[in-house]
Amino acid sequence: MTTPPSTPAAHPAIEFAGVRKDYISHGEAVPAVKSLDLAIGQGEFFSLLGPSGCGKTTTMRMIAGFEEPTAGKVFLDGKDVTGVAPNKRDVNMVFQSYALFPHLTVQQNVAFGLERRKIAKDEIKRRVGEMLEIVSLTGMERRQPKEMSGGQQQRVALARALVNHPRALLLDEPLGALDLKLRQQMQIELKRIQREVGITFVYVTHDQGEALTMSDRIAVMNGGLIEQLGSPRDIYERPATRFVAGFIGTSNIIDGNVSWSDQGYAVLDKGPGERVVVPVPGGVAVGRNIEVSIRPEKIDLHRTIPAEVTGSLLSGVVSEVVYHGTSTNYTVVTSAGTDFVVFDQNAHDAEDVASRGERVFLTWAPQHSYPIGV
Amino acid sequence: MTGRFRIGGARLMHIYTWVLIAWLVLPISVMILFGFNDPSGRYNQTWQGFTLKWYRDVFALEALTDALVMSLIIAVLTALIAGALGTGIGYALGRWQFRGAAGLNLLMFAAISSPELVMGSSLLSMFVSLGISPGPVTITIAHVMFSVSFVAIVVRARVVTLDRSLEEAAADLGASGWTTFWKVIFPILLPAIFSGVMLAFALSIDDFVITNFTGGTTETFPMWIWGATRVGLPPQVNVMGTMIFVAGVLIAVISNVRSRPKKRVAA
Repeated sequence: MTTPPSTPAAHPAIEFAGVRKDYISHGEAVPAVKSLDLAIGQGEFFSLLGPSGCGKTTTMRMIAGFEEPTAGKVFLDGKDVTGVAPNKRDVNMVFQSYALFPHLTVQQNVAFGLERRKIAKDEIKRRVGEMLEIVSLTGMERRQPKEMSGGQQQRVALARALVNHPRALLLDEPLGALDLKLRQQMQIELKRIQREVGITFVYVTHDQGEALTMSDRIAVMNGGLIEQLGSPRDIYERPATRFVAGFIGTSNIIDGNVSWSDQGYAVLDKGPGERVVVPVPGGVAVGRNIEVSIRPEKIDLHRTIPAEVTGSLLSGVVSEVVYHGTSTNYTVVTSAGTDFVVFDQNAHDAEDVASRGERVFLTWAPQHSYPIGV
Repeated sequence: MTGRFRIGGARLMHIYTWVLIAWLVLPISVMILFGFNDPSGRYNQTWQGFTLKWYRDVFALEALTDALVMSLIIAVLTALIAGALGTGIGYALGRWQFRGAAGLNLLMFAAISSPELVMGSSLLSMFVSLGISPGPVTITIAHVMFSVSFVAIVVRARVVTLDRSLEEAAADLGASGWTTFWKVIFPILLPAIFSGVMLAFALSIDDFVITNFTGGTTETFPMWIWGATRVGLPPQVNVMGTMIFVAGVLIAVISNVRSRPKKRVAA
C-alpha cells in the first residue's frame, strides 16, 4: 500500500545530530540524553532498548515533538523538524496507555487523524475499513474502547496511528499491559503489520526478548547514551560493553591478565591446564587485564576431563541445578573464582548431566569468547 | 446463635434505611399532598378535601407567576455563565501548575464556606458604592459569584483524573490546541460540566438570603413566598414546588440512565 521498504531513499527516515536533552529539576539541569547521533533507515524496525531512565522514551518523544532537544537537531526524511509542533510532524505514536478517546467509537478513533487533514468522508471510510482489516478488527467499528479487551484496544491504537501513513510509527512499550501469551502473539502480529505497510517502526522497550524477536536493528541505551547499535544477532553474540552483555540475556564474564597473544588470539591462564581462549582480531598486549563474555548456551559441561580441548577449559563444582523443560541450567563455581551459568539443552539427556556438589569441566570453542571493550 | 444476631442486624439496617428515606421524603410528600388540598380559608395547613383546581389555576396569581419566571430566567443565566466560567477555572486548575493557583483554590473555598449573610451584605455595599442599582442584573452577578466555585470544583475533580496522553494523542494525530479541547477534552468533561451547571441552577433558583440583599424590589420565587407567608400561602406555591421537584427528579433520572456504562463485552 505504501512505499515498500526496499525502495532506495535519499535520506534516513529519522536522524539525530548531536542531540542532548536536559531536564530542569530543582533548578539543576539533569541530562536525560547525553549525546545522540543516530540514523534510522526507511522501512526499518528499529528498537530503543534499555532499563528505565536510560533515555529511550525521551529519545522517542523528541521524534514525536513532545520534547525538544536542549542541543542538536532532529531530522525527519532529511527535513529539520527541530522546534516543529507535534501536530505538524508526519509521525504517529502508539501510547503505552493506548490513549484511545473514550467518548468515540472505534471508527471515530481511527478516523480522527484523517479528519484533521480534511480528507473526503468516503475516502476516510475506505481507509479506516482497510486499516481495521489489517489489524483484524473488522466488524467492531461501532464499539466503544471500554467495551473491548486490552489486546483489541491495542489494535485500535495501532490502526489509529497507521491509517495516516506516517513517515514513522513510534511505539512506546505498547505490549507492556498485555499478558505473556497475548504479548507473544502481538509481537508476531506487529512484525507482520510492519512488513505489510512498509512503514518505519521505532519501538521503545525494556524487554530484551521483545527487541531481539522483532527488530532489524537495536540501539541499547544506558545512562543517556547508546551503548551498542547493531542487529539482534550482533548485540546478543558480540556485546560491545559489559552493560550490554549483562542486560541482553545472561552472560558469564571472566577477567584476567593476557598471558599469551598471537595471530589474533589471546589466552588468559587460569591455573594448571585451565585457560580462556579469546579471539582479539586487533591483537592485545601480554599482561593487560581484559574481560571476556561467554553465553551460557555455548558452554559444554563434562563430568570427566575431555581428551582433547581446542578452546577454553575451566573446572568447577556444581552449586545449583535448575530444570527448565527445554534446558537445564547449572551454576558452577569455577576454580578460577567466577560463578558460571551453563544452559544444557535437554535434547538427548534423559537425566541431568551432573548433580549438585559434583566436580565438572567446562569447555567452549574459541569463537564463543568475546572480549569486552578491546 | 450468630445467625439470629445477624438477622437482627439486618433488620435494624432495614429499619434505619426506611427511617432515613422517610426523613428525606416526608416534607416533600406533604408539599405535594397539599397541592391537592381544598382549603376553605386562607391557610393551607389542614387537609380538607381533594381537588385539582390549583393545577388548573396554577398561573392564576400573576405576581407569583412573574416571580417564578424571574427566578427561572436568573437561574438559567446563572447556570450558563457560571458553567462557562467555572469550566475554564476548573480546567486551568486541574491541568496546569501556575502562579496564583493556590490562591485561587483558597478563594473558591472561601466563596463556598463564607456565611450567606456576610456575602449578601458585602455584595450589597459593593453594589451601592459602585452606584449599581439593585435588580435582576445584580442578583445574577451575585448568584454567578457564589455558584461558579461549585462548577469549578466539580470540573477540576474530573480534569485531574484525565489521562494526559489523550491530549498528546490528539496533537500527535494533527489536532491543534483548540481542536483538541473541543473534540477531545470538552466531550469527556461534559458530564462533569453538566453536574456543575445543574448545581448552579439549583443553588440559584432557591436562593433567598443573598437575593434579598442584592435584589432591591425584584421579586423572585423564594422572595414572593417569604412575603406571602404572613398572609397565608396559596396552594399554587405547592403546585409550583411540585413541578420544580418533578423536573429535578426527571433530570437526575435521565442523566443517570445516560451515564450508566453499557454492558462490557467479554473479549
